[in-house]
Amino acid sequence: MDQALQHLVNGTVLGGTYALLGIGLTLIFGVMRVVNFTHGELYAFGAYMAYGLVSLLGLNFYLSLLLAALLGAALGAVIERVLLRPLRGADIDSVMLAMIGAALVLQNASMWAWGGVAKLVPSPFDGMPLVFGPVSVLPLRLFVLGVAVALLLAFWFLLDRTRAGIAMRATFQDPETAALMGVRVAWVGTATFAIGSGLAAAAGALLGPVFMVSPTMGDLVGLKAFAIVILGGLGNLPGAVIGGFALGYVEEFGGGFLSTEYRDAFGFLLIILVLAIRPQGLVAAKERVG
Amino acid sequence: MSAVLAPLLGWSFAAAMASVPFLFPDPYLLAVLTSAGIFIIGAISLNLLLGYTGQLSLGHAAFFGLGAYASALATLGFDIAIGFGLRLRLDPQPVWVGFLSAVVVAGLFGWLLGRLAFRVRGAYFVIITICFAQVLRMVSLNWVELTQGPMALTGIPPFALWLPGQGVVELTSKPQTYWLVLGVAVLAFLIVRQIVRSRIGRALVALRENETLARSVGIRVTHYLVIATVVSAGIAGAAGSLFAHYVRIIDPDVFLFIYTVTMVIMVVTGGKGTLWGPVVGGLIFGLLPDMLRGAARPEAQWIAYGLAMILLVMFLPRGIVPAFTGLLAGRRARVVLPAAAAREAAE
Amino acid sequence: MTVPLLQVEHVMVQIGGLVAVSDLSFMVNEGEVVSLIGPNGAGKTTAFNAITGYMRPRRGAVRFAGRDIIGLSPERIAALGLVRSFQRTSIFGACTVFDNALTALHLRGRSGLLGAFLALPGTRREEALLRGEAMAMLDFVGLAARAGLRADSLAYGEQRRLGIALAAAATPRLLLLDEPAAGLNPSETAECMALIRQLRDRGTTVLLVEHDMAMVMRISDRVVVLNQGRIIADGPPETIRQDPEVIRAYLGGAPLGGHHAAA
Repeated sequence: MDQALQHLVNGTVLGGTYALLGIGLTLIFGVMRVVNFTHGELYAFGAYMAYGLVSLLGLNFYLSLLLAALLGAALGAVIERVLLRPLRGADIDSVMLAMIGAALVLQNASMWAWGGVAKLVPSPFDGMPLVFGPVSVLPLRLFVLGVAVALLLAFWFLLDRTRAGIAMRATFQDPETAALMGVRVAWVGTATFAIGSGLAAAAGALLGPVFMVSPTMGDLVGLKAFAIVILGGLGNLPGAVIGGFALGYVEEFGGGFLSTEYRDAFGFLLIILVLAIRPQGLVAAKERVG
Repeated sequence: MSAVLAPLLGWSFAAAMASVPFLFPDPYLLAVLTSAGIFIIGAISLNLLLGYTGQLSLGHAAFFGLGAYASALATLGFDIAIGFGLRLRLDPQPVWVGFLSAVVVAGLFGWLLGRLAFRVRGAYFVIITICFAQVLRMVSLNWVELTQGPMALTGIPPFALWLPGQGVVELTSKPQTYWLVLGVAVLAFLIVRQIVRSRIGRALVALRENETLARSVGIRVTHYLVIATVVSAGIAGAAGSLFAHYVRIIDPDVFLFIYTVTMVIMVVTGGKGTLWGPVVGGLIFGLLPDMLRGAARPEAQWIAYGLAMILLVMFLPRGIVPAFTGLLAGRRARVVLPAAAAREAAE
Repeated sequence: MTVPLLQVEHVMVQIGGLVAVSDLSFMVNEGEVVSLIGPNGAGKTTAFNAITGYMRPRRGAVRFAGRDIIGLSPERIAALGLVRSFQRTSIFGACTVFDNALTALHLRGRSGLLGAFLALPGTRREEALLRGEAMAMLDFVGLAARAGLRADSLAYGEQRRLGIALAAAATPRLLLLDEPAAGLNPSETAECMALIRQLRDRGTTVLLVEHDMAMVMRISDRVVVLNQGRIIADGPPETIRQDPEVIRAYLGGAPLGGHHAAA
């Protein structure tokens, strides 16, 4: 029982960052109909930026996290301008291929720039766990969860209460009508991609001090982000948050009670399972026939 | 190209490739061509799915890796616990048994994936296929008793063939392996050609072009997509088997996404949905990395791959072969292209 | 008394929670040409989708030659001999006109994987036979001269005709045509009408959805009128023309069929 509580806490911490990852990816799909294969690479980019700013430039830890997220958003904006804008109107498969190409470029560029050795972002938190009865948690992890939840709330506020957010949601629902109503859809695309990328980079920067930072970390994380949005439904924002926490718990409990080795595989198995049992639950709306 | 000329050109190309070991007996060249050939077989199989059914299946390395492991394990033998105190044991088998089990195992998994994944389309389908390869990679990493995990399966025997007058011969020389790969590649090409030109091939293209309409004329969607996946997976498994017995060491990295990407680039560059596309694209991207090897670091090579993929999608989306045949058949192209352009503009 | 070829009984279809067809009942007898008409949004295409397996009705029964076909897939229903055409997506654009026709003969073929691999004699015979049939079909609809062109390079009217040819190719017992004359000029409409008559003379029963009232009145043996998801009239063209409720539904008040009405 105590063990289960501990897994619950760990799963919540993990789930918070997963939700950040998932919400960026699902937002980009919902608004732009783009399957963003660079998402994992932006996560890695955020982690490396945090590492570079803290370790190499010696900047303040919290400031570095903020800058890493902003740099991620900037990189996202560049990708959208250079790559996605010219491909507007191309079929979804072509865009996917181009995004895979971009992911290859990003991953190997960071391999080139940072070398293959894994890095750890130093953090100002000490290693003494806080103990609450049977459960213990590292202060760093608590901080990560706190920031993740704060970012999720800020994102919700942005989407729900600001003009930019309303334009985004309008585009999400129906790009053509949104364009008719004066929403600058092209600008919304850039903003969406930047925000989604910024959230991914923030997740990477946050987990940089928790896990090791390595050039290929984006691969697995990108796939997990896909798992999260599939669980919640592509383009479904609350679904991405639920999917993020669901994956966090599945990995934590599966890793704890079933098998540590297959920890990372549980998410993918879950997807395959969901598909085998309830494929219709995943597809939002049936396409019109005729 | 006329109906007589095209096969003639094809067979002359195969004959020219077969004569390479005589004309240029350079072991390095043969080694490069052999590994390129193995990936071309993979690309030919992927083209059946990607090009003809139009399904962007990005888990193809899974079938390649399954074939490699199946073939390696069958020829090395294994002895593993399967729960309830039972053990599963297999003595080392001849290499041709390994090859066949590669085809069968990959084909079976193709059936399984097809049954599951074709319940969905588009982005969902793509992500499912990627996850499929990822799960297999994790199994191969962690089922150490069977696969040796990251320590890799080593000591895989080389290919052996029964040759008249000589009995069973191990193919250890470079030219022999090269010819074997070439032979399998020709066979794979012919299998795909036969399918594409048959009633099944027409059904696949119909599903690609317009699934709703295809169903209305009685084409069973899942049935044909699964057939295509099984054949495609089987051929990819054969390529994996060749790979295993050629490099003679297999680790979980054969399931890496990058191998799928390599095959996808080959198909897209050459021209998806054309018979010669994967061959042309495969020769380019099979030979290019080795030519660049001395000049640039591997990261640079992958960056070049990534850029090539982006540029292709933007500037040559249909690939080299369609562009080339379009030039050749100038008159026909003039009739066809305006309509295609108009349609693209309308979309 | 023989069983009607198609019986639709109390069919209700919902799309996304909205009732598109509330209570649909009608039948089609062997050898008839029946038109299903109604104002825009009356649920005609939805009815087609429900009959051909593209949508599953919430309630009701659809029987084809006495057999319940609800829940069967479109391809299964096509195999039973009930084939439809489409309003919009009616051809395989990137294929040649000839390959379009050949593909539409799918149900007439039997050959499988092994036959294809080995080019077995049976497969080759079947292939030759189907090629002949495909050409005959194109001849029948007047597209034989276009056989080698890409289907999406055809003129609009020709594409529509090819669409009908695809649905009719495998000689179904019942052919459902979804607005075959939509967007056609008067002479093309006349050709289309002649084609439907020829199909009926070949023994194909036809059910069509059509907006061109002149065409409907001239070609149909019987007309079924759908309004707001349910049937308001069912009878020969001359009675439908006079039916007050039909006239009200079509708002004009003037008798139908005197001109190209209500598109």
